[in-house]
Amino acid sequence: MNLHEMTAHRLHELLKAREISSTEIVEAVFNRIEAVDGTVKAYMTLTREQAMAIAREADAAFKNGQAAPLTGIPLALKDNMCTSGIKTTCSSKILENFVPPYNATVVERFRAIHTPLVGKTNLDEFAMGSSTENSAFFTTRNPWDTTRVPGGSSGGSAAAVAADEAVIALGSDTGGSIRQPAAFCGVVGMKPTYGYVSRYGLIAFASSLDQIGPFTRDVTDTALVMNVIAGHDPLDSTSVRREAPDFTKSLVNDVKGLRIGVPREYFVEGIQPEVKEAVAKTIDLLARLGAEIQEISMPHTEYALATYYLIAPAEASSNLARYDGVRYGYRAKEAPDVITMFKKTRSEGFGAEVKRRIMLGTYALSSGYYDAYYLKAQKVRTLIKQDFDRAFETCDALVSPTTPTVPFKIGEKSGDPLAMYLSDLFTIPANLAATPALSVPCALSKEGLPIGIQVMGKAFDEGTLLRIAYTIEQNTDVHNQKPNLAGAAGRDAGGPAKDAGRAHDTGRASGKDVR
Amino acid sequence: MAYIGDYEIVIGLEVHAELLTESKLFCGCSTEFGAEPNTHVCPVCLGLPGVLPVLNEKAVRYAVKAGLALNCQIADFSKFDRKNYFYPDLPKAYQISQYDLPLCRKGKMRVMVNGEVKEIGITRVHLEEEAGKSVHSAETILGSDYSKEDYNRTGIPLIEIVSEPDMRSPEEAKAYLERLKTILQYTGVSDVKMEEGSLRCDANISLRPKEATKFGTRTELKNMNSFRAVQKALEYEAGRQEEVLRQGGVIVQETRTWDESRGVTISMRGKEEANDYRYFPEPDLVPVVVERSLVEELRAELPELPNSRMERYMREFGLPEFDADLIASSKPLADFFEEAAKQCRDPKAVANWVMGDFTRLLKAEEIEADRSKLRPRHLVEMLALIDKGTISGKIAKTVFEEMFATGKDAAIVVKEKGLVQISDEGEVTRIIDRILAENPQSVTDFKAGKEKAITFLVGQVMRASKGKANPALVNEILRKKLAGL
Repeated sequence: MNLHEMTAHRLHELLKAREISSTEIVEAVFNRIEAVDGTVKAYMTLTREQAMAIAREADAAFKNGQAAPLTGIPLALKDNMCTSGIKTTCSSKILENFVPPYNATVVERFRAIHTPLVGKTNLDEFAMGSSTENSAFFTTRNPWDTTRVPGGSSGGSAAAVAADEAVIALGSDTGGSIRQPAAFCGVVGMKPTYGYVSRYGLIAFASSLDQIGPFTRDVTDTALVMNVIAGHDPLDSTSVRREAPDFTKSLVNDVKGLRIGVPREYFVEGIQPEVKEAVAKTIDLLARLGAEIQEISMPHTEYALATYYLIAPAEASSNLARYDGVRYGYRAKEAPDVITMFKKTRSEGFGAEVKRRIMLGTYALSSGYYDAYYLKAQKVRTLIKQDFDRAFETCDALVSPTTPTVPFKIGEKSGDPLAMYLSDLFTIPANLAATPALSVPCALSKEGLPIGIQVMGKAFDEGTLLRIAYTIEQNTDVHNQKPNLAGAAGRDAGGPAKDAGRAHDTGRASGKDVR
Repeated sequence: MAYIGDYEIVIGLEVHAELLTESKLFCGCSTEFGAEPNTHVCPVCLGLPGVLPVLNEKAVRYAVKAGLALNCQIADFSKFDRKNYFYPDLPKAYQISQYDLPLCRKGKMRVMVNGEVKEIGITRVHLEEEAGKSVHSAETILGSDYSKEDYNRTGIPLIEIVSEPDMRSPEEAKAYLERLKTILQYTGVSDVKMEEGSLRCDANISLRPKEATKFGTRTELKNMNSFRAVQKALEYEAGRQEEVLRQGGVIVQETRTWDESRGVTISMRGKEEANDYRYFPEPDLVPVVVERSLVEELRAELPELPNSRMERYMREFGLPEFDADLIASSKPLADFFEEAAKQCRDPKAVANWVMGDFTRLLKAEEIEADRSKLRPRHLVEMLALIDKGTISGKIAKTVFEEMFATGKDAAIVVKEKGLVQISDEGEVTRIIDRILAENPQSVTDFKAGKEKAITFLVGQVMRASKGKANPALVNEILRKKLAGL
């Protein structure tokens, strides 16, 4: 097996045994990127020089015996997390040339243990979307079928891990933006409990829902990433003062006696039969392994989507108001006065979906509509949360399909926002309830497309989710399969790789990495 | 002037005061005034993408203290909200403020207007962040080619104090502001400098027919840069509204700006153009829970406030109400007075000096009592010199001015300037003899029963001694001499 194809924990063993070096891993990953990213298009920005420098630090750390489990492991970051001196675009024209002067807390944490940053990955503009088609620059391809979307909004991070262009990656999840692309790309993706991982430096979409989480090739790596990113941050007031456990302690291949709820509202019409079947089979597997399966009801589930599409846009309308062209980012030319400058900057700088949500959110917060929309949505959010509370009185965890369908074709839903929104039907409730949820691969469709099962848990009970996911993983073999990108075009292969907006080592990094 | 024409004036005030914290409300940047533009800034107060606010606890304590000083109820549970609007000096395009659950509400304050005590309700006191400062290339924004933004001020903590519409005249409004300033100053939560913009006031004013119970339509006045300006703007606006109503017109609910140079208010924008701020709870901050124990701790920290000081001065030092109120209305002045009065036999004399020469000199220098080189001990020493007869009351004025200017001790000033009172009988007699010889007409007048002539003669002696002759001694010897002539 090639270095870039391995899991982080396997690479750590080899690093610790001094059989390989971090610089070799990083080299392998960049060679892989050269080979396939022209097709996959996972990255917005590559940071090769920096990655190599940190890999050398990592190698020194191994020599000094000061290495952590993820020291020297190539990491990809969704391009909505601030990296000091490295462009952070949110895949938006309005931040196309924005270079933050500071690091997000999660970036600092990886920096402290010498984890090399490979680059920044593509997303739907400001994390609004389910396919990366809303990126202002290009659409990322699903490594399993490059005519299909990788999911979104963290599609670049999911595709990078799936296509072996990074070993681990971070995404952000506001309504499913980690779990849905994880399911589509056949990798593990987890949205932790709201407040577990610092949001400081994560460019806000919807502050009360956003949460950073990992993309990994297996559940063990998820636990390792959580060990780095979870825990209190004084820079984030919504970060909980709670010591994070060692998540690897939950990697137990045993679900005996666990009470697993199957909410009937998550098995509605519209789910592709193959998806339904794959999930049902996995539930049977869990039952065979000793879990107690209970059918339960979460009656307010049907209101989750509508609730989400009031609360998230409302917060977004305020969070995105700062992009006014005054201090940084895109500024429209030839505006005779400041109001016109604001209007032109925002009209030209934001894409259609972002503008749609800003308008929705502005409307929902407007005087005279606030009570009917935003306030009502907050009340329904409480009801949805109560559904979860009730479910967890009798269950230790809940399972459902992660998405209603296998990955759809590029362009299939991009003209129909509502159809696109439905892609997040099963992932949104956990964001509204602020509870943790993950997606783990459970099968491949007949066409060879990944299918994920979602496991949802109580607040701060990531451990149980990891245990269930680990058991599924150990008793199936989906995670051992990889997409076939052998025939993929390299970065120099022309065509899609020439998309505008892709950049290498921007900001203060050197420009030596040429395509 | 509670009434104008057939109408009663109704006024409510909104006061913003910057809190005296070291750092800003949501980040660690300094709140220092007057620094180079954009030097007290960081990603958080610049509202860069991805940053989050962290609440300054001291600002909460200060706001609660201000609320307690204004007799407010302190909320157990309070929260922050976003007030959304676009303006270049507002980096996040929203201000973190408090909407429906302010920290403090339902307070009251007593003010004295024309010798009468009046109670004014405080609707609420809430905490919020300052915006930045736009510097326009020309005098007005419309005449400018460009504007520069200074974000040093962005994020400095403010309290907004909203009064009930309880004031009935511009004079009352001014008295309210003065007393509010004093209370904030006493509480130590704000340095209340209107000239540095750390205290600002907007005023709401409406008229209603006498005996009416419903309020009339109000206008909001902005851009008043002093208490005097607030009073003048309100006086102008009351007159304007009265004229509109008298001529059968209607008042438009609008914001009007005070033009100091022309002495008029000018319409800025009507209600229909008013912003919809789309307030909603700030999701980046957790609610503020103020424990009862903290409230009690802060209450215990409150200093003695102006009203109780005034009462104590009357009781302890026997000051008349007028003096006590005047001195208590400035904390630095009151502190000065108290320190001096405690060391003196005659607190009333201290009060006279403090209210008279001292206040006059402070005003001329535009400083507060705590910045004066002349300290309470200087006054105490000088009063002792008067008592001992070393200097006369008249000379003391000169000594006082010199001490104020240089901070030198009274005894040293007296010595250096040769201001010691002449109490030597021989010397005084010699001067009197000379004056009597020079003014035979006055002596004749006195003998003829004109008592006033002696005042003239005393004056001449004092002048001849350059004011240093002991006046009592001069009187005594002069009378003796005249009687003997």
